[in-house]
Amino acid sequence: MHLYALKRILQFIPTIFFITLIMFVLLNILPGSAAYLALDQRKAPDPKLIAQLEKEWGLDKPMHIRYLNYLKGLVTGDLGKSFLRKESVSKIIADRIWPTLKLALASLGLAVAVGLPLGFLSALRQGSWLDSLSMIGAVSGISMPQFWLGILLMFFLSVKVRIFPTSGYGEGNPMYLVLPAISLGVGYMALIARTTRAAVIDVLTMDFVRTARSKGLSELLVNSRHVFQNTMILVLTTVGLQFGSLIGSTVIVEKLFSWPGIGSLLVDSIYQRDIPVTQGCILVIILIFLIVNLIVDLLYAVVDPRIKYQ
Amino acid sequence: MKKKLTILLSVLAIGMLACTNAWAARTGGTFVFCAPYGGDVFSLDMQRTGNTQDYIVGLNIFRSLYKWDAAQNKPVLALATAVDVSEDGMVYTFKLRHDVKFHNGRTMTADDIIYSYNRIMAPATASSAASYVGVIKGAKAVQDGKAQTISGLKKIDDFTLQITLDHVADLGYQLYKIEAAIVPKEEIQAKGDAFGTAPVGCGPFRFVKWIKGSEIVLEKFDGYFEPGKPYIDKLVYKIMPEGSARDMAFRARELDANLVGGAQYDVYQRDPEISKNMIEVAEMYTRFMGFNQAYAPLADKRVRQAINHALNSELIIKKLLKNKAFKATSFLPTSSPAFDPELAPYAYDLKKAKALMAEAGYAGGFDLEVLATNSQSYGVRVVEAIIPFLKKIGIRVKPQQLEGGMLSQRLKKGDYQAFIWSLESGPDPLASLNRFHSRTLPSSGNYIAYANPVFDGLLDQAKIEKDPAKRLDLLKQADRFFFEDAPGWFFNYNKAIIAYQPWVNGVEAVAIEMMLQDFTNLWLNETSPRATAK
Repeated sequence: MHLYALKRILQFIPTIFFITLIMFVLLNILPGSAAYLALDQRKAPDPKLIAQLEKEWGLDKPMHIRYLNYLKGLVTGDLGKSFLRKESVSKIIADRIWPTLKLALASLGLAVAVGLPLGFLSALRQGSWLDSLSMIGAVSGISMPQFWLGILLMFFLSVKVRIFPTSGYGEGNPMYLVLPAISLGVGYMALIARTTRAAVIDVLTMDFVRTARSKGLSELLVNSRHVFQNTMILVLTTVGLQFGSLIGSTVIVEKLFSWPGIGSLLVDSIYQRDIPVTQGCILVIILIFLIVNLIVDLLYAVVDPRIKYQ
Repeated sequence: MKKKLTILLSVLAIGMLACTNAWAARTGGTFVFCAPYGGDVFSLDMQRTGNTQDYIVGLNIFRSLYKWDAAQNKPVLALATAVDVSEDGMVYTFKLRHDVKFHNGRTMTADDIIYSYNRIMAPATASSAASYVGVIKGAKAVQDGKAQTISGLKKIDDFTLQITLDHVADLGYQLYKIEAAIVPKEEIQAKGDAFGTAPVGCGPFRFVKWIKGSEIVLEKFDGYFEPGKPYIDKLVYKIMPEGSARDMAFRARELDANLVGGAQYDVYQRDPEISKNMIEVAEMYTRFMGFNQAYAPLADKRVRQAINHALNSELIIKKLLKNKAFKATSFLPTSSPAFDPELAPYAYDLKKAKALMAEAGYAGGFDLEVLATNSQSYGVRVVEAIIPFLKKIGIRVKPQQLEGGMLSQRLKKGDYQAFIWSLESGPDPLASLNRFHSRTLPSSGNYIAYANPVFDGLLDQAKIEKDPAKRLDLLKQADRFFFEDAPGWFFNYNKAIIAYQPWVNGVEAVAIEMMLQDFTNLWLNETSPRATAK
């Protein structure tokens, strides 16, 4: 198992290499100059100033040289310096990573805590009012745009009834976390509920469930030991795969709630062509994605003893 | 005796007036404002950023030699008590204030101003203020790396500074911007790049903390040179690019004032409570559709005038922009000192437009491709709105949407037929019109490659004219000439609106950019939920 994990981690290297290459090329061939965009365009920026900025940011060098410099920095853990923020990218990202992880984990917690039991109960009570209600809820949850949901939550829970603050980070005060976490987590929760329901229904028709029942096991034991365990693989896959995209989709929620995370940082950097920060953010998001996937793979073995890694 | 008494009485009356004002303004409390534009705040080193969002915050931390006075709508002295301008308008001698302190406690002197301007011109700083400070003699040599210090700056003593210009200019317009802020040398040398995240200025508020991507907190600087000011204890900027999120925060009373976007304006106006506390201004940005005169049909002045007559700007502003704009007359906005109130905008007159088209030999019309961004107030949706109007005079409009950076590249190359964009048209009318001087290259903002000897002549005369009234008159003539020559469609001036809570006093109508609010004079009633918050 350790060997397997090590092998997987080593595989990260070529993956990251290819991703950085694609990313670098794409970001650098985008039309529009970073120096130009950094200035107020309504004023017609001074060409001399643009040249100075391009020199400061190293944009006057050919692309392959810049890429090699970037790789050199990457090996030593140096992600470069932001064009606009005049700070090292690692520091900027370090400041912003925790809020994003906090938001993502809170959404994940909410989604699993509500989605999993909901899906399970719906499957066991197929066709009941609980099932219909929760599935209607799940479909609406998946199809509801996060942005719109966020505004609705603000309107009802911050403006009409003043329970939660509308936006901001509030120096880690958990009250500020609630609305963004719900906006981000509802779709995810709905997805987990649906997946769990489908998986449970599938497992319920299996032979071993019938056997367990015919052995005279109580419904509780059948469900907890046989059904639950066997649905976990599928649910775990969904949770793991979706966690990566959850990190990616913090973009909208962070912007809406002025949440100081990686998502809003990424959007700002793309708009302003702050190439070093954009690259840094994408790299971090990819790393999180890879690590989560690895953890999920390792968890398979824990959940299902038949799976062994060599 | 009687005369003396009158003087004494008037002095007393003025004193009492001043006192009542001082009584009226309540001290204390926290004011929560927003930084609403696009993205994040990037750097608080004013000299090294080009981001309006950064200036909104920096304006209250720093001070420049001059500052913008919103009430008088012009630049006034900030760090000096008096200025003496030489006969030929080339030498400015400033009597600096003795009581200006940086937030680290040190008194500001002439050396700081010299240091700051040298830093702005140094190539390594790449400052957008270089184009303003560049008016000083010898500044360009520093920018080109030929000199270390600006030769036109001379320290007479600690509090007397002499500035010699390179060419005649109204120095106030050059040096009032916060990009040209005066900074303390020792802080910059100690902090380096980190100065941008822990700034030290000599403005009314001190930097306290910055949660990147979320908010910036400033607090009252006790050593600020205007006695008793600022009134509020704490100033918070929430970084909130989303209009609907700002609206919610404003309604939840978390924001004390909010920049009103197009989506909210209509709703706020109809709200009996909110509408009472709104302030609006015609910003010095002109939304203008520029014509490429190298495209044959547009080379004819009659065609260009016909387009102006055929477009019902008023209706488009009312229906499409929901009244969040002021109909434009000419290039210079109503808030410009050189705006000519006697000039009447092109009337919506289809008959006249058709006659002009026929006269020019284009009765059959022509195709016109218009480049635009995705802006709500001057983007592709506006181009779509003009299609039916111009169809009536035979012009077949085809919109093409581009991203801002791409659009400017096409304009610089002259690779377009027409475009619509928002162009800065103030505050200095001379600089604004000079954009269209034939010597200004398309790459420097003369996107329509305008070259007209009459217009050039008027501007050249204005440049050397020392009498301000005569200069203004020449500029009015130039603006009128530009208007009649119609090198574009004069669409609108941006209407900027701030809505504030009933307990807020002192939000100003700032025509250069509404969000550049100086909070030195702002105060809060005790009804504010944060009236005593520190």
